[in-house]
Amino acid sequence: MADDPFRIAGVELTSRLIMGTGGAPSHEALHEALVASGTQLTTVALRRLDPTAGGSVLDVIRDAGIRVLPNTAGCYTATEAVALARMAREALETDWIKLEVIGDDRTLFPDPVELLDAAETLVDDGFVVLPYCGDDPIIARRLEQIGCAAVMPLGSPIGSGAGIRNPYNLRIIVEQALVPIILDAGIGTASHAALAMELGCDGVLCASAITRAQSPARMARAIAGAVEAGRLARLAGPIPERLYADASSPDYGRPDLT
Amino acid sequence: MTIVLNGEPADLAPDATVADVVTSLGHDPSLPGVAVAIDGVVVRRVDWPRTPLADGAVVEVLTAVQGGC
Repeated sequence: MADDPFRIAGVELTSRLIMGTGGAPSHEALHEALVASGTQLTTVALRRLDPTAGGSVLDVIRDAGIRVLPNTAGCYTATEAVALARMAREALETDWIKLEVIGDDRTLFPDPVELLDAAETLVDDGFVVLPYCGDDPIIARRLEQIGCAAVMPLGSPIGSGAGIRNPYNLRIIVEQALVPIILDAGIGTASHAALAMELGCDGVLCASAITRAQSPARMARAIAGAVEAGRLARLAGPIPERLYADASSPDYGRPDLT
Repeated sequence: MTIVLNGEPADLAPDATVADVVTSLGHDPSLPGVAVAIDGVVVRRVDWPRTPLADGAVVEVLTAVQGGC
């Protein structure tokens, strides 16, 4: 929306949906979903170069005209994440990094201690740091204070599709934030994305819910629509929730029909 | 000379550079899209042709793949 710009580190994005590329069944399906999502920013991971791999995800992203956001997925320590971020900057010629430092391979929850350490080093090194963090308002605030360009709390575990487990914490994170808050993980379907935006998130990152849906392109459109609808609803100012009814038809002028 | 290239032992000519290693993996070293670290330290692309490798070096050559939440 022209009257509601979305900016990260001074860069204006026309879509509040950031799409992750993980999990797509093929490059063709990924291209179709990226275009359908309308996203302008999409994540990639870095892995060992395989001479036998056919085609590059970078070609798909370039063809779709989308800005690339490398991540540090798979890192468990600040040392690893910082080294991988520096390799990403070299390979992809971008200072932007989606910082992930995982603490546990079963939950894929972030390790807040390693995350803060890595974020501080990378901010000092000139990176635009977008950290994936838990839904803890204190960690979110600390990440903002050390200079992260956005903060990306999870809704529920990565790939779980369980939506937003703690909307109360998310509301606190949003209320205190001065940088964009982007819901990062746990989206399973369109209503989850709409709720994130209604709670006041500035954007949503979504991969598995789209790429692993039976029809990725269709789900991409659904979630893009939900992000926009949720944002509009947030800006429109919803009515307060109440326990009892509150009639909207006037009480006066009711006829006597007994 | 033997190095560890992406987790596997690799035999190289004694005067091999980082650019030679990248070429051996099928990537044109003049193009972006790939990063190299030697013993955990990133080597900038402009330095690849003039960076020799030492016997036993641990070399990681990475590129972008699908990934992210």
